[in-house]
Amino acid sequence: MIVDKSGSPLLANENIKPDTRHGVILYVEDVSVSFDGFKALNDLNLYINDGELRCLIGANGAGKTTLMDVITGKTRPDTGTVNFGQQVDLLKLSEAEIARAGIGRKFQKPTVFEALSVFENIELSLTGDKGILTSLFHKLTGEQKDRIGEILYTIGLVAECHYPAGRLSHGQKQWLEIGMLLAADPRVLLVDEPVAGMTGQETERTAELLTSLAGKHSVVVVEHDMAFVRSIARTVTVLHQGSVLAEGSMSEIQANPDVIQVYLGEE
Amino acid sequence: MSTLTTSSTTSSSTADTNTGLNDSVTIPVNHDMKSMFLKKFEQLGSLHFVITLLFISTLYVTVCNLAFAEGSFLHVSDYTVSLFGKYLCYALLALAVDLVWGYCGILSLGHGAFFALGGYAMGMYLMRQIGDRGVYGNPDLPDFMVFLNWTEMPWYWAGSDSVLWMVAMVFIGPGVLAYVFGTLAFRSRVSGVYLSIMTQAVTYALMLAFFRNEMGFGGNNGLTDFKEILGFSLQSPTTKLALFVATAVALAIGYLVSHYIVNSKMGRVVTAIRDAESRVRFVGFKPEHYKLWIYVVSAMLAGVAGALYVPQVGIINPGEFSPLNSIEMVVWVAIGGRGTLYGAVIGAILVSYAKTRFTAIMPEAWLFALGGLFVLVTLFLPKGISGLLPNIFANKNKQQPLSANAEVKS
Amino acid sequence: MLRIFSVLIACLLSWQTLSSEAIAAAESKLPSLFKQLPSTKLSKMKGLIDQISATNEPQVPATLEYLLNGELYYLKANKQIVRAKVNANKRYELTDVLTDTPLEAVTKSAIKKIKTNNALRGKIRGLLALLDLTSADKDIRIKAVKQLLDKPNSTGITAVTALVNNEPDEDVRELMSVALLVNQLLNDGYEAKLAAIKQLKTSLEPAVKNAMSNQLEAIADSTSEHDKTLAAELTKALADIDDRKGIFEFLETLFFGFSLGSVLLLAAIGLAITFGVMGVINMAHGEMMMLGAYTTYVIQQAFPQLIEYSLLMAIPAAFLVSGFVGVLIERGVIRHLKGRPLETLLATFGISLILQQLVRSIFSPLNRQVASPEWMSGSWQINPVFSLTYNRLYIIIFSLMVFVALLMILKKTSLGLHVRAVSQNRDMARALSIKSDWVDAITFGLGSGIAGIAGVVLSQLTNVGPNLGQAYIIDSFLVVVFGGVGNLWGTLVAAMSLGSINKFLEPMTGSVLANIIVLVGLVLFIQKRPKGLFPQKGRSAD
Repeated sequence: MIVDKSGSPLLANENIKPDTRHGVILYVEDVSVSFDGFKALNDLNLYINDGELRCLIGANGAGKTTLMDVITGKTRPDTGTVNFGQQVDLLKLSEAEIARAGIGRKFQKPTVFEALSVFENIELSLTGDKGILTSLFHKLTGEQKDRIGEILYTIGLVAECHYPAGRLSHGQKQWLEIGMLLAADPRVLLVDEPVAGMTGQETERTAELLTSLAGKHSVVVVEHDMAFVRSIARTVTVLHQGSVLAEGSMSEIQANPDVIQVYLGEE
Repeated sequence: MSTLTTSSTTSSSTADTNTGLNDSVTIPVNHDMKSMFLKKFEQLGSLHFVITLLFISTLYVTVCNLAFAEGSFLHVSDYTVSLFGKYLCYALLALAVDLVWGYCGILSLGHGAFFALGGYAMGMYLMRQIGDRGVYGNPDLPDFMVFLNWTEMPWYWAGSDSVLWMVAMVFIGPGVLAYVFGTLAFRSRVSGVYLSIMTQAVTYALMLAFFRNEMGFGGNNGLTDFKEILGFSLQSPTTKLALFVATAVALAIGYLVSHYIVNSKMGRVVTAIRDAESRVRFVGFKPEHYKLWIYVVSAMLAGVAGALYVPQVGIINPGEFSPLNSIEMVVWVAIGGRGTLYGAVIGAILVSYAKTRFTAIMPEAWLFALGGLFVLVTLFLPKGISGLLPNIFANKNKQQPLSANAEVKS
Repeated sequence: MLRIFSVLIACLLSWQTLSSEAIAAAESKLPSLFKQLPSTKLSKMKGLIDQISATNEPQVPATLEYLLNGELYYLKANKQIVRAKVNANKRYELTDVLTDTPLEAVTKSAIKKIKTNNALRGKIRGLLALLDLTSADKDIRIKAVKQLLDKPNSTGITAVTALVNNEPDEDVRELMSVALLVNQLLNDGYEAKLAAIKQLKTSLEPAVKNAMSNQLEAIADSTSEHDKTLAAELTKALADIDDRKGIFEFLETLFFGFSLGSVLLLAAIGLAITFGVMGVINMAHGEMMMLGAYTTYVIQQAFPQLIEYSLLMAIPAAFLVSGFVGVLIERGVIRHLKGRPLETLLATFGISLILQQLVRSIFSPLNRQVASPEWMSGSWQINPVFSLTYNRLYIIIFSLMVFVALLMILKKTSLGLHVRAVSQNRDMARALSIKSDWVDAITFGLGSGIAGIAGVVLSQLTNVGPNLGQAYIIDSFLVVVFGGVGNLWGTLVAAMSLGSINKFLEPMTGSVLANIIVLVGLVLFIQKRPKGLFPQKGRSAD
């Protein structure tokens, strides 16, 4: 709850806890980002409720990835505010601090630490103090080992746990990244195209996993695969040219004249 | 800590994927076996191997230098002792370079600066030990200051006659430079080639600065004509031998420290930074802190190497700052194999030995050879000599891969 | 008009020499006058010198010069007038002044110096100046007037007053009137002095300033109204002069800065292509410059009779040599290291070592002298405190030409289009059937070739040696990074501003410290703005 207004908040995890008494965990308000005149985000407003599973859809260049970049601190918006709960101003935090505060991200292109083993990849992602001295003298506790084992089991990489992550197939890397997200135990999960390169069966499993996560965690999924979106979505937000075009249930969205026009007009 | 998964939904599908995955990865297993073996070797085998080898060779040189008379087949000359001492300094320096380059991906073209700063700290101390035995016989001022008509010592020479000061400065000098530069560079996320060029520019600027007489470090000629260290004459063979042994000990300690670091969780974070820095941020680590920390440690190691180097060669001058020197260190590591500690040590000793031989036989060919090594190693041997090892070892050891399941469950 | 005038003058002068030769042939007074030199007393010397000078013999200027410098002696034995210079063996080497023939060296006891005193020396200077003032050579006339400005004397002033209206050259005439005005300021009455100040206010001759300060000092304590007005006027005029001088000094430093900047530009612009556009880091770039410089040297050695044209020949030759080596490097090494910048850096550093050693083995490690053609030397004197040396001026112009040419190549030609296409999206360009390999090689060759041209220019400014490139590589990289990678205009601005900053710092700190300050400043700047002055924005894909 305590945020040091003068500078960066203290680093320890416990100090940043979103205040979600109003039921909203992520406030994105009036955010604009432009690159060389191109408006990637244009006065965008988005509210994610605590424990919700939200799907973001939109054509290429609609601003989905830029929005994730803004929330995770990779891109700083030109204007607007982004709050985590009611009080934590994410724009004042660095990427690492945002991650520690409890916003996890899975990238579009799976990025894992290729030279490290699968086990170590997950070990690094575990919650806990991420300071230098701690990691220099760090020893895994039994509890943490169990936790890693559990995650490995969930993502189906138990047999590969001591292989360097660089040797995994594309789909396995996707799973490993999801595993890393699970290890971090974040309040909000931002998941960018989780099923790209997955088989039908794996897609199904991912859908199950994501649905099961919602409730305790807020999950925001960006996906092009409409069948997948339909299978998991409760609320869908359509982005178009950097702002929210429509928001609602899948059926509402499909009936929305704006959406129809944009999609039919483009394709 | 909350449990994220509901086992009922996942357990069945996990089984499916597991079998599917195992089928698809049958071919790379051999590969993985090799690399995992190498990792084990690097983690444990190499440590024992290197330390033992270092101990044996130090013992050998010591005994053969002391016990066998000159002319004897087994005698190791004083010259050779000094030469080996020099090589070991280089090995320590290579370790420092490897720590930042091989493990953290920071290609520093300026480690010569840290080496030289450590050397200057030692040089200042040795300068003060000359006392009134200098050419001008001035008991208070080193010769070059008398020559410049200075009447008193610059403030930063204060305390330089104390051993403690020297030891502290060997760490503080390079450490502070690394800290200041690292803070600025890593915080603003300068990386890759840019960072390399920055490090080179800083070293170059320092070289220009140290060439100036007004800097108060002996200008062009640097610091030299040392007489004794800790009261022992630098000319005596015993002192030389002692310095050699000290260097060996320093290298062993440096190796142990580096080994501990790269095999700790910190080492894994650092490796992760090397491979995917921005991803590390999204996991919650601050790469700039880790980079800074390892950079400073590395700089201090380089400083120690420099400090041990100076009494053995008897001089320190601004030439040590030259960009070429720094790049030569990188070659040692590249040839030995970056990302492996023993590789750095092997590379430094091999290349320096080659240089000694080459420059003795045909000096003009050395730069050809060095340049050629750069090109050939980067083109054909990106992992260096240590990259050749897994093939050799893997053929001999047809072990089963470690059972992953067993490890997790235990 | 001017030409006719000079022909006229030439005729006049030749007639003059002809006539004096005729007189000399008929009956030269000089030998007899010379005979009087040893015996004449100092007090009578003045008249004698006047007479000697009046003969207008060709030997007169030299003789007077020797006398002025205390080199005029006579042999004790036969009173022969000689010029004597002491040699390393403490013996005196003699030259007969009349015939200009060398004589046997003697010891000091055999000769005696012809005495002069300060008054006489002043007199001689005046006479010499007068002789120079009528010289056919404009430069000698200017020098003479300048001497007069520095050490005014009545003979000179009278001469100049007589000559000023007939003086054909405008520059000389102006200088002469300045000399007269200075004289007026020093010696005339109040009104004339005021008028002189008014006119001299715009003159930048150092002598004018000296004269004014001296005058000011002389009347500083005076209480007369006139002197007070004069003092006020002088102070104002001096301030005016200082202001104007300051402006020109600033311009001169700026010029030096730009000339350094254009060298940096030439050095960096090739790099801006290979590093900025292609993303390939080439540590052997400096050695490409070195090759260019050595090409110039080889061409001068091969065609020693064509020094005047050697640079013009060297420019295309250096471009081809360095460009060819560049293509070889790209094909042989860099191509195989695509996407591995740090490895490329190391490999190309290795190549730079090999090239350096190669040059050392072929041409020796010593520096080689590259001659400057005649047209590169000299300077364009705009006013007394501001001149532009031709070599720097040409270098600035040339580097800007290269810059524009390169911009044109990249913007207007199909090669440029291909280069930009490949640099932005290699796969897409390939799909459009652009031969990306070929484009890479040509681009790299282009960048290296320009470095070769930079080498030709550098050969005119510094020593040509194996380390020539090393000194510039770091600077070049910093220029590219400072300007913003991939932005040629940024490179231009960065090069010029770095050059200027360096030159403005230099008077305060000395060149080494200036260099260090700029380096450190840049390092700090790049840490503040890692993408340089003009970053290329965009949704980064990393």
